[in-house]
Amino acid sequence: MRRVFSGAALTLLAPLAAAQNQVNMSPGVTEIGADIFELHMLIMWICVVIGVAVFAVMFYSMYAHRKSKGHQASQFHESTKVEVAWTVVPFLILIAMAVPATSTLLEVYDNDEAELDVLITGYQWKWKYEYLEASGEPVAFFSNLATPQEEIYNTEQKGENYLLEVDEPLVIPTNTKVRFLITANDVIHSWWVPEIAVKRDAIPGFINEAWTRVPQEGIYRGQCTELCGAYHGFMPVVVHAVSRDEFDAWMAAKRGAAITQAALATQTLPVDELMDQGKAIYDSACLACHGAQGEGGIGNAIAGSALVLGDLSDHMAVVAKGVSGTAMQAFGGQLNDVEMAAVLTYQRNAFGNNTGDVVQPGDVTGMKNG
Amino acid sequence: MGDHHHGPATGITRWLFTTNHKDIGTMYLWFSFAMFLLGGFFAMVIRAELFQPGMQLVEPAFFNQMTTLHGLVMVFGAIMPSFVGLANWLIPMMIGAPDMALPRMNNWSFWILPPAFLMLASTLFMEGGAPAFGWTFYAPLSTTYAAPSVTFFIFAIHILGVSSIMGSINIIATVMNMRAPGMTYMKMPLFVWTWLITAFLLVAVMPVLAGAVTMMLMDIHFGTSFFSAAGGGDPVLFQHIFWFFGHPEVYIIILPAFGVVSQIIPAFSRKPLFGYASMVYATASIAFLSFIVWAHHMYTVGMPVAGELFFMYATMLIAVPTGVKVFNWITTMWRGALSFETPMLFCIGFLILFTLGGFTGLMLSIAPADFQYHDTYFVVAHFHYVMVAGAVFSMTAAVYYWLPKWCGRMYNEAMGKTHFWISFIGFNITFFPQHFVGLAGMPRRIPDYALQFADFNMMSSIGAFIYGASQLLFLYNVIATIVAGKPVSDEKVWDGAEGLEWTLPTPAPYHTFEEPPQVPKPVGTI
Amino acid sequence: MSSSTSAPAGHEKYYVPESSSLAVRATIGLVLSVFGAALMLNDMTFGDPERPSASVWVLTSGLVFFIFTLTSWFRTAIRENLAGMNSSQLHQSYVLGMFWFIFSEVMFFAVFFGTLLYVRQFVGPWLAGEGEGGRMNGLLWPGFEFAWPPVTTPQEIVGGADAQVIANNGAFVSQEKSMAPADAHAWYAWLPMWNTIILLSSSATVHVAHTAILSGDRKKFNRWLGITVGLALIFLGLQAAEYYEAYVLFGLTLNSGIYGSTFFMLTGFHGFHVAMGMTMLLIQLIRSVKNQHFTATDHFGFEASSWYWHFVDVVWVFLFLFVYIL
Ligand code: HEA
Ligand code: HEA
Ligand code: HEC
Ligand code: CUA
Ligand SMILES: [Cu+2]
Repeated sequence: MRRVFSGAALTLLAPLAAAQNQVNMSPGVTEIGADIFELHMLIMWICVVIGVAVFAVMFYSMYAHRKSKGHQASQFHESTKVEVAWTVVPFLILIAMAVPATSTLLEVYDNDEAELDVLITGYQWKWKYEYLEASGEPVAFFSNLATPQEEIYNTEQKGENYLLEVDEPLVIPTNTKVRFLITANDVIHSWWVPEIAVKRDAIPGFINEAWTRVPQEGIYRGQCTELCGAYHGFMPVVVHAVSRDEFDAWMAAKRGAAITQAALATQTLPVDELMDQGKAIYDSACLACHGAQGEGGIGNAIAGSALVLGDLSDHMAVVAKGVSGTAMQAFGGQLNDVEMAAVLTYQRNAFGNNTGDVVQPGDVTGMKNG
Repeated sequence: MGDHHHGPATGITRWLFTTNHKDIGTMYLWFSFAMFLLGGFFAMVIRAELFQPGMQLVEPAFFNQMTTLHGLVMVFGAIMPSFVGLANWLIPMMIGAPDMALPRMNNWSFWILPPAFLMLASTLFMEGGAPAFGWTFYAPLSTTYAAPSVTFFIFAIHILGVSSIMGSINIIATVMNMRAPGMTYMKMPLFVWTWLITAFLLVAVMPVLAGAVTMMLMDIHFGTSFFSAAGGGDPVLFQHIFWFFGHPEVYIIILPAFGVVSQIIPAFSRKPLFGYASMVYATASIAFLSFIVWAHHMYTVGMPVAGELFFMYATMLIAVPTGVKVFNWITTMWRGALSFETPMLFCIGFLILFTLGGFTGLMLSIAPADFQYHDTYFVVAHFHYVMVAGAVFSMTAAVYYWLPKWCGRMYNEAMGKTHFWISFIGFNITFFPQHFVGLAGMPRRIPDYALQFADFNMMSSIGAFIYGASQLLFLYNVIATIVAGKPVSDEKVWDGAEGLEWTLPTPAPYHTFEEPPQVPKPVGTI
Repeated sequence: MSSSTSAPAGHEKYYVPESSSLAVRATIGLVLSVFGAALMLNDMTFGDPERPSASVWVLTSGLVFFIFTLTSWFRTAIRENLAGMNSSQLHQSYVLGMFWFIFSEVMFFAVFFGTLLYVRQFVGPWLAGEGEGGRMNGLLWPGFEFAWPPVTTPQEIVGGADAQVIANNGAFVSQEKSMAPADAHAWYAWLPMWNTIILLSSSATVHVAHTAILSGDRKKFNRWLGITVGLALIFLGLQAAEYYEAYVLFGLTLNSGIYGSTFFMLTGFHGFHVAMGMTMLLIQLIRSVKNQHFTATDHFGFEASSWYWHFVDVVWVFLFLFVYIL
């Protein structure tokens, strides 16, 4: 209720209250961001000036040439001179605008000589980041919304970064030209971080390029900006810019973790571990469609599903290959064998599906190979 | 055939079987108003959900359906038919024609609309829900990933296209062929001119839209790969086709509005329209340019930089002819004898707010800046300024201006002015803050948003409810006028009004100009 | 002032029909048809094949009703004309109507030609990793090379629907042979060439028919119009043969990636328009033979159909050029 009042008050006091609310574009932290911001302000002020001039004339006329004041209408209706003038002058103003616009645009398009390439793939509704480096264990991971459902459905207090927080941010080094190669797996998404002034559509089947050089360490937040289905609003982007050293350390840790995961794939894991990891994966990747209690939603119910309770290889086939023509996507390329084993185990034992089956990474590898 | 001066038939068949341009105009107008209420209702759902952060009223999937249907219903159901209705009523009266050129087809263009929208609205109740991919229905969200209802959506679009094409062919034939002797092209009222040009645009681009949805249909049901890279196609191809239709479409929406304003401002300035000829040329230039700017909606899709530059320059150019129009209107007012009845108030509201929307349009046309604006609420603010304060305001002005001529009764001026002021204020409270949240980074088409956008969104929602409520006042005023307004019998309802339609008796008889009139003193020119 | 200021001399009254149920009937037919068609398509693609559905019947009844209504619509217009109700001004309205209708059809075809141009000039090379628009696409479609007609789809190159980076629910398998002259086993067996000859001559024959009616020679008119309709039939027959060849012998289907898509879209819609144009001409022929309609000065029904026919012809010339030859 308090919010309603403050909203209503704001309605009346907009100019004052505006001080606490961001009303303008942010210049961001990058050079290009600052250029764009200046361009934006320049065009805006030109428009303001033209607008003020034009409407000053109009309001003066509305005041001075009122009929109620007894003003007599004159009957002129043409003047080639002024008409040419107000065709030519705006044209010249436009040329003046086009010059800085062109040079900024060329900067934005300067995608060459990057020091680091990151392949970004949009999925419904998460981002995948892959570091394209010539050597070393490949590093790739998914970045999911981390805001809990309870906050979204108003049963818990909303946190500071409500809807703008992810489980694993993209990490990039500062003062480095980073090139983003942007594509999508299913529908069109758009990768946007206002503070570093990068927005590029992610088109399935094509790779778009964009770049940035972030001078300042920090956490920069953005969102998917192309309608991509039901949860388009829940697909944030978080970029963590860190110093080169910190980045290298992070990279090394990531590589190590990847090696451990690969090793796990050949081991037999305890049920608890599988269930824990499975729940984590389920909550981030499946819950949106299948419900917190496996009750279904966009997707079928998992609780009591004949398929889940039935033959394991059929179950895995659905999860790995998806169901064509439906929202159920192929997770085979998104989950590694350990994760696949975990989520299968979880689905077969959670929500009252007490099959008691334990799926091991080895089983998954086996089924994959036929 | 003898001379028949009998009035309309009675009962439902009058409306079902009518070939009379005034009847058909009336049906178009009422239909579009109903659609405006429906689309407005969807907007109210959107604004109510966005009142506060968090999900309160609807599910995200349903929210997207609301956004999509709101856009579609407003553009295709409210604005376009409303101006077609106006054209039907006025063009024959303005050029001294007995009716539209092809009266039976005219009836048909109207009657296929209601079932098409019924079909579109019925998708809300289908399995998988209504279309939820935005009014721009980008592939592959609208093909591979769409609900089964998309097929019905596609056919609904086909029918709307057929309706628009037939309607505009009729208008072209009427204007080119039915002018009274002496009514040369350069003597036509500007409203007729803008509609003639709009009709050309429609005949040129509605088939393009039909082609786009046909290709979607093929991709969905017949295994083609127009919009799938896997088979050698491209999702972006869809966008090129859509916007080749879509950009001219926005001028289809605004040009007749320009025409209306060009009729009303001179009337209440008691002074001829300034720069008639340049108005005509400006309209034609806008129409021409509208075909070569479409990709300004696609600056972020990754076009080669040369394309980006071309579309940026071409788009910026549109400011020139549009500016000519704005300056001409203001100069028309200059040293007139101005009075501010409701139609004039709405025109002045139009002038200020449309220009503001035009300025934000110009900002959007700057490609590098658009990287920050694109798909945010800044764009939403832009197009509501040009479409609501542009098209809807001018349409409202038109209704107030010609209503006395249509039904022989005067609306309640005090209520009209109240309607204007609530609308004007409500509109700005709704859409001005959207510039702020857009610049601050709020994407469009989202059912829930980060906390820093909360205050302005609440303000926007409050404004929307105010603006919405004021439309009910409008509805009431119109009905009250028709039922019990003060009778007027002057041919010229407004002392400054010019044009053939004002030489007819008030209310305009069922059949007019069965014999072509003598064209009086040129309209708007010497 | 009132509307009855004296009319200029010599004004013919413009005929405005009093009221008419045609439009509403046509609406019912049209809406039933598309509703039925949508139901049917959904049965095919999303539905449960076991469940019986009335969609076919909705579609058929809609179509029948629609065609019926259109027939009586045209019949009404013809009667009015014969009854002398159509002034020359009304005639001019019909002329304008037909002209702008054909213009809208031109724009409809322009979309598909534009698509062909765009995929060949831009999309293909981009997918193959060429040009500014696609220099990184090699990551997605390694090994894909672009040529026209395409030899493979990008999907095939990377190993099929399961192996590609995009989740896609269709399999796009390219054709074994294209419709280009090089793939025909002998030049005289290349059907599009024959079709071009046939269609171009039909434009000439319909023109001869036109000159015949202008000089009032009904016999000649009937003969040449008949020949035109015959040529149209042959064209459609050959087109059917070509589709058979494509589907059965060349493995070229709607699923053959963008080549199949554009090929069938363009030729299919063109073929459909040929069929419509042929029907229109046939009706004019029947009118002339059975009812002695048309005179040297009054033959708009025929004239409009012949414009349409020339339009269909011109489209084919572009088709021949861009789809088959270049
Ligand atoms: C009635 C409809 C209408 C009208 C008239 C316009 C008018 C204009 N629009 Fe707008 N536009 C839309 C409806 C409209 N638009 C819609 C619906 C969308 C969003 C679609 C979607 O994505 O859903 C959109 C989106 C849109 C975009 C894409 C934004 C994005 O998605 O990132 C752009 C970019 O260039 C743009 C530009 C313009 C320009 C330059 C004009 C110009 O015509 C404006 C010209 C007018 C003026 C400039 C003011 C008057 C001039 C003067 C007083 C003269 C002097 C001025 C100067 C020299 C500065 N519009
Ligand atoms: C000419 C077209 C037109 C018109 C007139 C409007 C009118 C309005 N639009 Fe419009 N809008 C679009 C065209 C239009 N819109 C388009 C094309 C989009 C893009 C869609 C997309 O992204 O795909 C869009 C998107 C859009 C959004 C963004 C949604 C999103 O991105 O998710 C919003 C949000 O505020 C919005 C709000 C409104 C409001 C409040 C009105 C108001 O002006 C409406 C006022 C009218 C009424 C309210 C009706 C009358 C009253 C009643 C029915 C009684 C009930 C109401 C009360 C008692 C209060 N619109
Ligand atoms: C975008 C929505 C979505 C997401 C995310 C999703 N699914 Fe599904 N899922 C579906 C839909 C829709 C179906 C129903 C398909 C059908 O109609 O057969 C489905 C079906 C299933 C089934 C078959 C159920 C049955 O009874 O037939 C299983 C098992 C399944 N999903 C597992 C998963 C797992 C595991 C994940 C996460 C790793 C997941 N899904 C994520 C939408 C989704
Ligand atoms: Cu992903 Cu929007
Ligand atoms: Cu545009």
